[in-house]
Amino acid sequence: MDWFVFLALLQDGITTGAIYLLLAIGLLIVFSVTRVIFVPQGDLLAFGTLTVAALQAGHLPGTLWLLDGLSAVALVASLLHGWRAALHGVLAWGVYPLVVTVGALLLAPQQVPAISILLALAIVTPMGPLIWRFAFRPIADASVLALLILSMALHFVLIGLGLVFFGPEEASAPAITDASFDLGSLNVSGQSLAVLLCCALLVLGLRWFFGATIHGKALRAAASDRLGARLVGIDAGATGALAFGLAAFIAALAGVLIGAVTPLSYDAGFDIGLKGFVAAIMGGLVSYPMAAAGAVLVGVLESLGSFWASAYREVIVFTLLIPVLVWLSLRSGSPEDRA
Amino acid sequence: MGGGVRTSPAWGGTPPSPQSPPAPSPRPPPSRGGGAIATTAFATLAVVVVIPAVLPAFYVTLFGYVGLGALVALGLVLLTGVSGQTSFGQASFVGLAAYATTMLTKFAGAPPIAGLVVGLVVTGAIAWLLGLVTARLSGHFLALVSVAWGMSFFSLFGTLPWLRGFNGIGNIPPLSLGVLSAQSLRVNLGVIWAAVAIVMAMSACLLDSRIGRAIRTLNGARLMGESVGIDTVRLSRTVFVVAALYAGIAGFLFAHFQRFISPTPFSLGASIDYLFMVIIGGAGSLWGAPLGAALVVVLRDQLNDLIPRITGQVGDYELLVFSIVVILLLQRAPDGLLPLLARFKRRRAPTAVIEPDAQADVAPPEPAGSATQGVELLALEGISRNFGGLAANRDVSFAVHASEIVALIGPNGAGKTTLFNVVSGVIPPSSGHLRLFGAAAAHLPPRRVAALGLARTFQHVKLLPTRSVLENIALGTHLSGRAGLLRAMLRLDRTEEARLLSEARAQAVRVGLGGVLDMPAGDLPLGRQRVVEIARALCLRPRLLLLDEPAAGLRLPEKQRLAALLRQLRAEGMGVLLVEHDMDFVMQLADRVVVMDFGQKIAEGPPERVQSDPAVMEAYLGGLA
Repeated sequence: MDWFVFLALLQDGITTGAIYLLLAIGLLIVFSVTRVIFVPQGDLLAFGTLTVAALQAGHLPGTLWLLDGLSAVALVASLLHGWRAALHGVLAWGVYPLVVTVGALLLAPQQVPAISILLALAIVTPMGPLIWRFAFRPIADASVLALLILSMALHFVLIGLGLVFFGPEEASAPAITDASFDLGSLNVSGQSLAVLLCCALLVLGLRWFFGATIHGKALRAAASDRLGARLVGIDAGATGALAFGLAAFIAALAGVLIGAVTPLSYDAGFDIGLKGFVAAIMGGLVSYPMAAAGAVLVGVLESLGSFWASAYREVIVFTLLIPVLVWLSLRSGSPEDRA
Repeated sequence: MGGGVRTSPAWGGTPPSPQSPPAPSPRPPPSRGGGAIATTAFATLAVVVVIPAVLPAFYVTLFGYVGLGALVALGLVLLTGVSGQTSFGQASFVGLAAYATTMLTKFAGAPPIAGLVVGLVVTGAIAWLLGLVTARLSGHFLALVSVAWGMSFFSLFGTLPWLRGFNGIGNIPPLSLGVLSAQSLRVNLGVIWAAVAIVMAMSACLLDSRIGRAIRTLNGARLMGESVGIDTVRLSRTVFVVAALYAGIAGFLFAHFQRFISPTPFSLGASIDYLFMVIIGGAGSLWGAPLGAALVVVLRDQLNDLIPRITGQVGDYELLVFSIVVILLLQRAPDGLLPLLARFKRRRAPTAVIEPDAQADVAPPEPAGSATQGVELLALEGISRNFGGLAANRDVSFAVHASEIVALIGPNGAGKTTLFNVVSGVIPPSSGHLRLFGAAAAHLPPRRVAALGLARTFQHVKLLPTRSVLENIALGTHLSGRAGLLRAMLRLDRTEEARLLSEARAQAVRVGLGGVLDMPAGDLPLGRQRVVEIARALCLRPRLLLLDEPAAGLRLPEKQRLAALLRQLRAEGMGVLLVEHDMDFVMQLADRVVVMDFGQKIAEGPPERVQSDPAVMEAYLGGLA
């Protein structure tokens, strides 16, 4: 391998690493607020790619009808729950899906990449709160293990739906930019830079959100002490919905970004999500900077691994977990009781 | 499944009114008479011999898969239902053993029995290594890592050239032992179900033993387990290896039953299937495994036929249906379908008549250890413990001697429970010297402290609420038994087990719980749950007993009996250190009282002197007195 190939692989690795970082952030937010290990986040990523691809091809994606169907159920449920819930429900599950659906019907035929991307984000993001509402909230106080098993089952529901909506074929998202630069002998693609830029913007945005807004602070409170947060009047249902919404938005964005680099099929999200996990575990499921370093490491190793021993790429990435776990295990003290 | 920590019934902190005797047990212990054993034997015979012989050909294969699934699911019941861990990677253990036996028997010409042995050794060793890196971490880490290794092994099975990838390996030799060879699928089916019966019986024996009791503490009561001397880290690894070995047995049988293997049946999806079996059947009972396996395998087969006929499409839709079923079950019936079935049966079972306190007054006197009187058991010298900037204990010094009852009192937040945790090894002191039985003990883990002769109870009662009072008390005998996992599985531990249970029974009688031995501990009023903890602690035969608010929630006669018991223990030479808020109880019982406030010792001495100490009055009454 010469210097040039190495740099190209490094560029690839950093780009995918940024995507893993996004997913790791989504996982950490959901886990720390609700204790749910959000396995289906990867599937929402695939939904993001495939939804924008369908819109670009001039179809209305099945995810739109899924949004409408689930919203209708949520709307009926909140109407039966007193007028305050009803008001909120009408806005979130009545007006919003209506606007998105009408928007999709009117704008999708134009097949403008920017509009398709925005529509895809608008369609996939509410899946997060809806998943929380129907799957997790009913057993929000169950053990981490029970929530994890439910998460796993949900993953299969989503890939089943993905197959129904999009069929088995791979599809690509439109690139945000076709530009490319020559940096010495290395060709830097504009899409790679766009991915990094989006990632940086998102991280800064989240920093601001968690540091300066009341909702962000509520999430942090819920993450550090769920019971305490509830006692001071922070609604556990609302923080859960917000955390899942953020994670779904992040997943959809990641799907739109990575879909322009690699075509994805309905079941490709899981592997990508799992690598987000590896990154998140490196952060001990608690620390964001560690997760960032882990994500870039996973991306680069995978990229180098696919050059040297492509068949063993996955094995290399997952084996990376072992030393990290040994370290975490040595660092942890006496066994604690698990809730 | 874990299902979260069960809180005690709605008794809360208020003592129960005298009019409400403890509720009778809703589930009396199953009586295992000769009839039950005969029924089980007949059922086993039917499953292992008759069904394989008469089943229509198509169902032979299906029933075989049910048996293989049940084997893997049995391991998951132990892992998930009993010990509160889980694995999304069991199919890779099935695969490891299957490939190992295939390589040996097909390419090296070894007999299948060698394939079994090597397969189990390989599976067990890899499981042990994986357990090694996750055992100290929270339960969900094991589950997450199992996803990763499940993918890794699947990818290895598919890419290693000598495993032939997805083309698979055919013509695997049939099962044989010496000159006997099982060419027929029906014989194989019999072997599979014989294996299920044996593994199930061994698992049942395991759960009904010293190790079985210890395994139950892994699920949400690890601290308690450590306090009675159980090495919970090692034990959770052991359970994980056992579950992997069950999967390995299934893998061995799978290879020789199907006589063709490829990576597909060892994928992550297959692992999830096994987990679904356990959730659908019920993770709380061994019978959930075969029930869940049968439901998943048969339903999947039916759906495979049905769904394409309805939708006209081919695809993984049955998985979609299954997943939705599993989600609904987790939400509505997290214990699976078996408890729902069992509910019908339970309704017919006669309710055992329970007479509380029937043998309450029987208290066998123990030989007095007066020779040890006055020996120093525990000494704290300048113990401090900080949590961040908060000093929970500051420079605390006092000692407890044999044949002495020392009470530790002080307002809420004075640091009493922190001090208890430091003494019993749960948290190390930030500074200072801690001497237990004459040796430095500041950094020993709780189970070593327990082995030295210190037993404790907890302020927030830590019991296995669904297990019987007797089983809970018998946990305290853990250190006086030696029988391990294998002896328990082979039922070679009965003499020792009888000795441990009789010890537990004796301590139960001693504290006045002789009439409620078979009740689930969680059904007792909170005050009596504390007494169960005391009996459990006494089973350790401690030289020093730490009691955290033992009289809270007790009625007056019960308090008097507890005081009498503690006096008797003192007469036998035991040292007792207790935290208590009931001043009447403390003042009539304690030889010495140590008073703490804001993390510091403010007074120490005989009860009368402490009561009139100005600093103590200041702390309790705010200086108004």
